[in-house]
Amino acid sequence: MAIQSAPLNEPNRELERSLQRKQRTQLGGLLGPGLFWLIAFFALPLAVIVIYSFMTPGSTGRPELPFTLSNYGRLFTEKLFVNAYIRSLWMGFVTTLLCLLIGYPLALFVIQAPPRWRTVLLFLVLIPFWTNFLVRTYAWMVILQNNGLLNDLINWLGFPRQTLLNTDGAVLTGLIYGQLPFMVLPLYASIERFDFTLMEAASDLGADKRQAFLRIMLPLTMPGVAAGSVLVFIPTVGQFVVSDLLGGAKVDLLGNLLQRLFQRSNPPNWPLGSAMALIFMLVLTVGVIFYFRNTTEQNR
Amino acid sequence: MSDGIAIDLRNVVKQFGEVKAVDHINMQIRDGEFFSMLGPSGCGKTTTLRMIAGFEYPSSGEIHLRGKPIGSTPAYERNVNTVFQSYALFPHMTVAENVAFGLQMKKVPQPAITQRVSEALDMVRLGSFGTRRPRQLSGGQQQRVALARALINHPEVLLLDEPLGALDLKLRKEMQIELKGLQERVGITFIYVTHDQEEALTMSDRIAVMERGKVLQIGSPTEIYERPTCRFVADFIGESNFIEGSVAATEERIGNDYGIAITTADGLTVRGVSPQPIKTGIAATLSLRPEKARLTLAEPPVGTANNFRVTVERVSYIGSDTRILVRLGQEMIVSVWEQNTRSTLDRDAYWQAGESGYLWWPAENALALTE
Repeated sequence: MAIQSAPLNEPNRELERSLQRKQRTQLGGLLGPGLFWLIAFFALPLAVIVIYSFMTPGSTGRPELPFTLSNYGRLFTEKLFVNAYIRSLWMGFVTTLLCLLIGYPLALFVIQAPPRWRTVLLFLVLIPFWTNFLVRTYAWMVILQNNGLLNDLINWLGFPRQTLLNTDGAVLTGLIYGQLPFMVLPLYASIERFDFTLMEAASDLGADKRQAFLRIMLPLTMPGVAAGSVLVFIPTVGQFVVSDLLGGAKVDLLGNLLQRLFQRSNPPNWPLGSAMALIFMLVLTVGVIFYFRNTTEQNR
Repeated sequence: MSDGIAIDLRNVVKQFGEVKAVDHINMQIRDGEFFSMLGPSGCGKTTTLRMIAGFEYPSSGEIHLRGKPIGSTPAYERNVNTVFQSYALFPHMTVAENVAFGLQMKKVPQPAITQRVSEALDMVRLGSFGTRRPRQLSGGQQQRVALARALINHPEVLLLDEPLGALDLKLRKEMQIELKGLQERVGITFIYVTHDQEEALTMSDRIAVMERGKVLQIGSPTEIYERPTCRFVADFIGESNFIEGSVAATEERIGNDYGIAITTADGLTVRGVSPQPIKTGIAATLSLRPEKARLTLAEPPVGTANNFRVTVERVSYIGSDTRILVRLGQEMIVSVWEQNTRSTLDRDAYWQAGESGYLWWPAENALALTE
């Protein structure tokens, strides 16, 4: 062709440029869908929420101008909101702690089971996921109500029937029940990688079982503890179904308040709800970062 | 009270389901000795060590530590420490923290711990490595940390489970000498598990050769090598020619031993010695170490108990030695090792395949074994 008369290095540079262009298109092609997804369904809605949180609630609850800081003011001064924050964080903390106390021995038990049982046991942990969470929560209502299964048992044993449903205990039970697998799975992964010879070494050096666990096994499985705790804590703090159904809507958690502010209350108040959600997000993000720093740093 | 016995195993059995990993073991390990348990994998040596450490409890039998029964004492209450095959250093602690762990468990006051940790690290020549993490050290250094971590507790017995297995050959040889030197300096009883015979021979005061959960022979390295009591030990330690046949006669005494004549299926008669007479007609094996047999062009001295005209089948020159395979009788191949003691100029004076010569050995150079 005619182009061949050009100096030798010309076509090379041309080729390079076309290659670079090709790489760029490829990179764009690979990143595009994910980036689009993040922007469209995460960044944009978040931006909208941020803007809403500084607006004035209209008569129908819709955000209106002018911009204001009063939403944030209410959150930090009105007892209802402050209490919901504290209460949610507390419930999240207790749920996480109890999940940890139940989940760690459970994960350990599964790992120490004979290999052919291990898969079966792990599978059993996962089975509840096959049923809708709402249905499973209703099942707990049936168990806990005044003439429910548990009270039948208590009665049969000769004790008076107890109020079980619509209590903090009922909410906690439901939360732990729902979140336990999220604690067990990361713990399982972490403990599975643990070298149990180290426990023998600790015992050899004079550590009893408790000391060996606290000094060796727990620190070395901390990544699993951290991951499990976060996976349990975050969804728990935002829960509203469980506290609605098992707490009889008497136990107000953040999730319940949010749901109400956006939908149920009359009139709804979107700006206030947005501000509440944002503060909530901020608290959790900062908390989680600190938590991960403190729990996993020593393993490096 | 304990009569200088550090560990006394009496009729110890360890059963895992149907399998007897350790089958009625009796063993006395003396105070301050370097004792090795040697055997192929699955012979029960590691299980025995783990029972002394307290990681396993015997199914039956008794273990005494300096006269006190410890068979059912948990590991953390035994004044015995272990160096693990994988070292089992705590990865989240520094070297110094690893070494200090045992003393912390004993609630030794902190200043004393600091003092003793630095002494222990100096002892294994890791004085400046205290603040490092185990993973930042080489295999040999990790090995020495594991030693320091165990020895700092002044155990009555130190158990070592193939601790040099993961090191390369050169380092392993260095560590063998270092370990033996360390053991002599600290004067602590070492019980060492290995499947490497050379390692066991190099370091041990005494060796127990084990197979299938049983102790076959206990003795010094020379006893084990020179006077194996059964074919397995002769075969496992070093190399040996085994010439099978049946006992033709127990002949005159040679030193404290008896001369034994064995007739092979070929009709050849070979002679060795045995510590006791053996009845005529019993099946026996002559064990002849390759370096204890001679191959010469000239006839051996008159009256040599074993003297055969043989043909050289194959010659391997391996530097320090020349290893020669010769055909004896119809079908027996006997290996003979000749040390290359000739001058460096004399390059051609080695055996060639096809040559004939005399294969000979005095009776006391071979052992007649019945097991």
